[in-house]
This record gives sequence, structure tokens and C-alpha cells, in this order.
Amino acid sequence: MIKINHLSKKYKGAEFFSVSELSLNIDEQEIFGLLGPNGAGKTTLISMLSSLIKPTSGSFSINGLTYQEHKKELKQLIGIVPQEYALYPSLTAFENLSYFGSTYGLKGKDLKDKIHNHLETLGLSKFAHKKISTFSGGMKRRINLIASILHEPKVLFLDEPTVGVDVQSKNVIIDHLKKLNASGTTMIYTSHHLNEAEDFCTRVAIIDNGKIITKGKPSELITSHQEANNLEDVFLAITGKALRDYA
Amino acid sequence: MHKLIASTYKEFLLLTRDIGGLAILFLMPILLVITITTIQDGTFKIIKETKIPVLWVDQDQGEIAKTIYEGLANSQTLALIENTSEANAKELVFKGDYQLAIVIPKNLSIDLEQKVNENVEGIMAKFGLEADSIPPKKTEIAQKEVRLYFDPATQYAFKSSIKNGIDQMIAKVETQSIYKAFQEQLGEDSSQEFFDTESFISFKEIVPEGTTDALIPNSTQHNIPAWTLFAIFFIILPLSINMVKEKNQGTFVRLRTNPISYATVLGGKTLVYLGVSLIQFGLMLGIGVYLFPSIGLPKLDISGKIALLFLVAFFAGLAAIGLGLLLGTLAKSQEQSAPFGATFVVILAALGGVWVPVFAMPSFMQTLSKLSPMNWGLEAFYGVFLRNVGLTELLPEITLLFLFFIATTILAIVYNNRKNTV
Repeated sequence: MIKINHLSKKYKGAEFFSVSELSLNIDEQEIFGLLGPNGAGKTTLISMLSSLIKPTSGSFSINGLTYQEHKKELKQLIGIVPQEYALYPSLTAFENLSYFGSTYGLKGKDLKDKIHNHLETLGLSKFAHKKISTFSGGMKRRINLIASILHEPKVLFLDEPTVGVDVQSKNVIIDHLKKLNASGTTMIYTSHHLNEAEDFCTRVAIIDNGKIITKGKPSELITSHQEANNLEDVFLAITGKALRDYA
Repeated sequence: MHKLIASTYKEFLLLTRDIGGLAILFLMPILLVITITTIQDGTFKIIKETKIPVLWVDQDQGEIAKTIYEGLANSQTLALIENTSEANAKELVFKGDYQLAIVIPKNLSIDLEQKVNENVEGIMAKFGLEADSIPPKKTEIAQKEVRLYFDPATQYAFKSSIKNGIDQMIAKVETQSIYKAFQEQLGEDSSQEFFDTESFISFKEIVPEGTTDALIPNSTQHNIPAWTLFAIFFIILPLSINMVKEKNQGTFVRLRTNPISYATVLGGKTLVYLGVSLIQFGLMLGIGVYLFPSIGLPKLDISGKIALLFLVAFFAGLAAIGLGLLLGTLAKSQEQSAPFGATFVVILAALGGVWVPVFAMPSFMQTLSKLSPMNWGLEAFYGVFLRNVGLTELLPEITLLFLFFIATTILAIVYNNRKNTV
């Protein structure tokens, strides 16, 4: 589904590559977790795959398509749940979703039904006509997710989709994502919640300094590290315990 | 088309949800045009209806001083207050108590009379009309100067008009003295009118005529177009701030990943903000036509011009929006867009001739002013309001405004695509 060949990104003025010679294949209907400490290159990789930034070198294709040749089709094929709440605070949930849905060509009853179904599933129906500025963090996260899946993307990029939300909201979001995956959506997911990743992802890659250090099914990675009881132990064993502050 | 409609509706919602911003967008230009017109009209009335107190120091005590005094006193604009000391008058003016002191020098009347008489005698002698026909020897008479002390805060225009007025009066007195001297030399009775000393050449102000009545330009007719245009261009501020907000909110990032072109996003903004500028313009016209007369200001005459006025406003609005779109695309923060936008509009307005007429600018600035879209807009508005021009005469200006919109919008799209396209 996603083929990445020697993909690199070095930002202007940066000393090091944020993503360096990264190659990876992700199969259809996988939930692939990109895990790594701060500054490892996870968001940069997702930004390149979702056409937000230009790679310095290397190439990739999604469903056999590239942005250079099939930009419009690819944008219709993917969905991205950004780390920030990418919503208009002064508009209501319905107005936000209605607008973002229409940018994918959705309209009329079809658009309305899709919005109401997702709002219902994610427990937000009664807040449909409230302004986003009045929503809690968890509610905004759920609307942020709906805005990215209204057009039923084949590939969904999730950049820390549960960051800063309560346990209840997190469960609702993860359950909804699992249902979407079951219906055929391939997902590429980044998170610092390793327990969540262990449960949610079919495969993960641990990235550091822009390179994949290891990859595999969470259970395989845990068993391959003798002293590891969970994915977090594997992560710490590979990336170390030193702080990763950067500016 | 569906995406453009959705973008337009979203922009409409964003704008109407910000009630404070919307109020500022409509009320501030109205406040601006009322304030400026009231001040300008008031100044005009003050000059016309109330007299400015001026100190009068007469060291001459002769006929000339008396004539100038009467001339100034009858001018309807100045109230002369006599003062005996030049030093005291100077101090009062420099302190700011008075705008002006006029000091008539000692012996002005006597010396002028003597000078004129000598000159006339000399001429008569040359023509052989004098008994001895020998030109009389000229006495050394020092040149006289009427001293004007102005308050340093006095505006140039007021200074200039006073100086011109006094200059004209002195010239008239000098002419009268010369005629009188000739009359005396010719042996005529100087108490009788021998020469007609009134000006032979006068001037008349001709204004362009409308279909029925002659159009008399007034402060409203000048201010509404200038300040409406200023307000229309101020739309670049909320528009660029709206775009910068989208970048900061993350919604712009989402739109970049969605299958919607930047041109469509900008199209939605253009339609909504164009609507705003046309409503703004309609309100300004309404203020000029209905509110101004009720608060004692001259009424705005728009009879038979509404369609052309809205046509100019439409293209001026487009030009302003194009600039706003470019600024919003280039700016990364509100701290960049707001001060730059505000200052740039003021510069464009100054260059465009909103404050100082273009003809009064230095030649380099006059050339620069031709590059200001506000100048094109102002010329088009003045054309409709004050010169009664038709669509054909407006074509150069509205074409320039439209091309400016196209150029700035294309620049915005190209810049965005170069920066963000993968």
C-alpha cells in the first residue's frame, strides 16, 4: 500500500537529517505505529507522506500513486489527523465538518448523514451545533478525527491522535479507529503512548535520529528483548533513558 | 464550484461570528468619514464665518496703514486688535496667544508717497511735460517691509493666504498712489476719480456642469470618495489577519492536505470581503446623502451616478482584496501582517493623494503616486463625483485596479505553491 524508498529530509539550516535514508513497506489494512522519542523524525515522515513537506531525497508511493503525478487523486485517497486541533474555533462542530467534508467533494444529504453518523458514534451528536471554542480537549480531538475521515480515506495518517485527552475519549477514539481499520483503512500512527500502540498497532517501527532502529509486530519485539515485559521496555532498551530535549 | 461556494459560506460564517470585528469593519470607516468631513467643513466655516484675532501694530499712522487696516477689517476673516508695541505683539504671537501680528513700519505712507512722487516726476520730465524738463534728483529712501509674525504652529496654507492677501492690498495701495501722483502732476483735482483704479481683470470659478444643475464641489464631495477608498483598502488588515489565523489554528495545514486548490480558498475570501467592501461603500454613500445634511454637513450628490460609483467601488475593492491576499500569504504572524498592513495602507493613501493633492507633491512623488492603486481609485471616484465622467473615461483606472487584483492574487498563489507544493 505504501512503499518508501531511501526517503530523507533535511530542513534548511539544520545540522542533521530529520529523516535519513528511510525505507519501509506498509501493507494494506495495517495499523503501522511509528514510535520514537521527541525529534526522532516521526512527524517529519508523516508530513512528507501527506504532502505537507517536500523530501530532500528519496521517493515514496501510496497505492502506486505519487504526488508528482497524481496529486489530486492521492489527496482524495488519504486523510490526516494532525497533532493540532485543525478546526475553526468560532464555527460549530457541524459547520467545521460540513466545510472540510465539502473540500473532498461531499455534499447534500450524503455529507449530512456522514457527519451525523460519525458524531453519533463518537458521542458528540448533542454538541453538533455548539462552537468548537466551547469544547473540551477530548471533544476537539474527536471532531479533529471526524474531519479527517468523512471522505472514507484508504490511508489515514494519525499524528498523536489521543494526545492530551482523558481515558474515556481515548477509548472512544481508538475503538472508532479499529472499526475503520476493520472496514479497510490502512493507518500510519504516531504516539508517545506505548501501551496504546502495543494494543492498537499490527506492526510498529522504532525510529531514532531519522532512522528505523527496529520494526515488527509488538509481540515479536517484546519477546526478542529478553528483559522486556512490554513495548515501553523495548523502546527504552533501544533508545536509552537520556532526555531528548531539543529546540 | 461547490468547493468555492463552501469556502465562501465558511468565510461568511467566520466574519459574521466576529461581531466586534464586523462592527469595527463597518463603524470605523463611518466614524472616520464623519470626523474628517466635520473637521474640514468646520475649518471652512471658521474661516468663513468667525474672525481670527490678529494683532495690529501701526507705527506708520498714515494713509497707507489706514487703507490696509480697512482692507483687512473688511475681509470678514480677521479681527484686528490694536497693539502699540511690536515686541509685545511678537511675544504674544510666539506664546501662541495669537496666530498673527501685522506690523506696519514707521513712515510707510510718507516714504511711499515721496518715492511715487519722485518716480512720477521723473517720468513726466522724460516726456517733457515738466516745466524745466530736467529729471529731479532722487532721494535715498530705504525699502519698507511690513512685518508679519506668525505663531510657529500656524499651518502653511493659512500663512500663505494671509501673505497673499496683504500682498494684494499693498499692491493696490501702491497703484492707487501712483495714479494719484500722476493726477496731481497733471494738475487734476486729486479728490476726483480721474483714473479707474479697480482691477480690469477678474476671475470666475467655472465648475463642470451635470445634466441639470451645476455641480458645486464641497467638503463632502471631496471627503466621501477619499476616505471611503481609504476604508476599502483597510480591508487588507482583517483579511490578512484572517489568513494568518488560519495558519496558526492549523486549519491551513488541513486545507493543504485536502483536495482543494489555494485559488478556491482565496476565491471564497475574495467574494465575502468584496461583499463587505461594497456594503461599506453603500453605507458611506448613505451617510453622505442622509446623515450629513441632518448634522449640518453638505449633502453628498450621487444623482445619476450610483451605478458608476459602485463599479469603481467594485474594482477598488478587488484591488484592496488582492493586496490583502498577498499580505496574508506572505505574513507568518499577526505581528507581521497588522502593523505592515496598516502602515502600508497609510503610505498608499498618502501616495494616492488622499491627504495632499498629487499636483502639490514633488515630481518624484508624483511619479510614484501613479503606481498607487489608491490613486487610480481616487481619480476614478473624483471623475464620477466631481467631473461627471462616463464609463469610457473610467476604463483606464478600473482596468488598472483589476490588473492589480489579478497580479497580486497570482503572486499570492505562485508564492504559496512554490513554498508548499511537494
